[in-house]
Amino acid sequence: MYREICSKYAPDKDNLICILHEIQNSHPQHYISEEAVQTVAEYLGVPANHIYGVLTFYTMYSTKPRGQNIIRLCESPPCYIKGSENILHKLMTLLDIEVGETTKDGCFTLELCACLGVCGNAPVMMINNDVYGDLTEEKVEEIIEKVRRG
Amino acid sequence: MSLKRIDLLICCGSGCISAGALKIKERFHAVLSEKGLTNEINIIETGCMGPCDYGPVMVIYPEGIFYKKVTPEDVDEIVAEHFVKGRPVQRLMLQDEDKTIAAHKEVPFYQKQVKVALANCGFIDPESLEEYIATGGYEALGTVLTQMTPQQAIDVVKESGLRGRGGAGFPTHMKWKMVHDRKEDQKYVICNGDEGDPGAFMDRSLLEGDPHRILEGMMLCAYSIGASQGFFYIRAEYPLAIKRIKQAIEQAREVGLMGKNIFGTDFCFEAEVRTGAGAFVCGEEMALIHSIEGERGNPTPKPPYPAVSGLWGKPTVVNNVETLANLPTIFVKGAKWFSTMGTETSKGTKVFALTGDIRNTGLVEVPMGTTLREMIFDVGGGMIGGNEFKAVQLGGPSGGCLTAEHLDVPVDYETLKARGAMMGSGGVIVMDDQKCMVNVAKFFMDFCVDESCGKCSPCRIGLKQMYNILDRITKGEGQEGDIEELQRLGETVAKISLCGLGQTAPNPVLSTIRYFRNEYEAHIKDKACHTKVCRDLFHFKIDKSRCIGCSLCSRKCPANCISGSREDKYTIGQVDCVKCGNCQDVCPVKAIDRIPGIHSDVTAHKEALLKRKARED
Repeated sequence: MYREICSKYAPDKDNLICILHEIQNSHPQHYISEEAVQTVAEYLGVPANHIYGVLTFYTMYSTKPRGQNIIRLCESPPCYIKGSENILHKLMTLLDIEVGETTKDGCFTLELCACLGVCGNAPVMMINNDVYGDLTEEKVEEIIEKVRRG
Repeated sequence: MSLKRIDLLICCGSGCISAGALKIKERFHAVLSEKGLTNEINIIETGCMGPCDYGPVMVIYPEGIFYKKVTPEDVDEIVAEHFVKGRPVQRLMLQDEDKTIAAHKEVPFYQKQVKVALANCGFIDPESLEEYIATGGYEALGTVLTQMTPQQAIDVVKESGLRGRGGAGFPTHMKWKMVHDRKEDQKYVICNGDEGDPGAFMDRSLLEGDPHRILEGMMLCAYSIGASQGFFYIRAEYPLAIKRIKQAIEQAREVGLMGKNIFGTDFCFEAEVRTGAGAFVCGEEMALIHSIEGERGNPTPKPPYPAVSGLWGKPTVVNNVETLANLPTIFVKGAKWFSTMGTETSKGTKVFALTGDIRNTGLVEVPMGTTLREMIFDVGGGMIGGNEFKAVQLGGPSGGCLTAEHLDVPVDYETLKARGAMMGSGGVIVMDDQKCMVNVAKFFMDFCVDESCGKCSPCRIGLKQMYNILDRITKGEGQEGDIEELQRLGETVAKISLCGLGQTAPNPVLSTIRYFRNEYEAHIKDKACHTKVCRDLFHFKIDKSRCIGCSLCSRKCPANCISGSREDKYTIGQVDCVKCGNCQDVCPVKAIDRIPGIHSDVTAHKEALLKRKARED
């Protein structure tokens, strides 16, 4: 599978970031495994430690398995001013996990992230590729329920 | 394309999408087909219209009626009343004091704005090349390619006075000229779309709302400097922007606006999109270049500048999204026209993102030199919740705080810098009098510590030290001399850090010390947070004259530290209080207040503990 993804790109080092994104997105647990790193290293002809160097530099990549849905709550100042702390507490109690953890059923991983660029509608979070704005504690509950049901 | 009776423009910028715009669009499609009106009404999905706070918003032509905060439930009424009977829905219009504002162009939010870069955002369908061309798109490129030499094009940009909109304000023509004069065969142009500044979203809105304009701007640059290859570097947090730019590139290629011999000239050009992966420092041009090369996004010392040795060691121009967005209009309307707007040193307009405790959050474009007062009060509609204006943070975590006394300062690159702030990418975070400036400074510092790439030690270690001091101060452990130490560290880090991140990261701390020194002193000397934000520096108190003795607070207290009776009323045991605020939230008669300062019981308890410890040792 990893080999297939690699072969969509020319074996040039500058494609590394795109390849890693695609590998991570296509994995049901949204992470990059050791096997994937080895495959990419062989394909691009660079040492595996280079891949790890890049992979761990960028916050969006994970080397550990994560949930089916990645919640990324913005922790930037405009959201903070509009009460993102309360939203974070709500998410933690609702999902019964800390930041960086995955729910027992493997449905959600909760992460904090830098500015999502939707500050006009702060506080904001992103679940996978969808942005949810003007969050309130009640809204968060509805959204989580909806995503859980699929 | 057929002509229809009504054009319905729905804002589908990320702000409105996050507020539910796509659901409304779907509902319109459903209702219109149900009523058999699909041939009469044209639904157009546009980019960001600006007033995010009113979202989801829409404009209906030919009348130009503006509706705000529309929900899917309103759709039936809009169709039945407005589309069928020709009676616009009053209740969805903007209410300004006693007036109902129907027309889009009369909304106060737009009154002081001049749209150059944002001209098409919210007006055309960003996924349609034809609509961009219909508004004069690619006219500039055609003219420049067929009638100007690269040097003449650079001269136009020079005459316009355009400066980089990404933050530092470096004159655009100088960057171009340096690369133009290099003899190498291969040169590159990069569009910096790694908009990481918290509180800035103009690049996102431009890429999403008018992608062809950015592409045309890039090609104008490429021709002027002699590049045949361009890269868009866009952060992965902006999936819609990535999709729209990729689509624009495809459309341009299909009709021959990209590829070989564009407009029948010798000019050939190809562009590609590269994405980031969540690293703020990649907005720095050298870090960005390394990221495109597939490396860690670490900055490297300058010189050599990218103009000499950039992407893969070749001469490279890195221009911000908004800079590129200004170019097509400069070439069509002329450099003179552009330079009539703005101040002596800063020409044209600037897009700002208004956020924070302000009524009309959103994206605005005003001429350089507009004052903060006009921007915050006239365009932004002033503060929300009746609170007073306290400060404004300009330029994100690299910028500085300004206060009420600076409200009449004209905003341009130089005046902001002289006052300890900076233009940055144009994020304007407005704060009311409920905000603690020490806490805000700590928050920005926390961001910079997180985002420091770790390559150079002043930034990696210095910022962490500054954060530790700020953290102590907000926890009531501030010491005499902390302010001076913060200033000393801040100035050192700014002077000797490798890249822009470290060089500007101390700004929020230094500027808050400059303008709110009394707040720092109150935190350190009086151990009091007068805005009652820092948990360790205020306490809760039940006002017995107002307390009705209902015991609700006592029952909700997780620390079990509230005691009393209906007769004696209730009291908080200060030593055990965890400051969760539950009691204040549940009190039905609002008898519980936050009092600045540490309670004397807590101080006495701490002293007793220290004494006991000393005896045991």
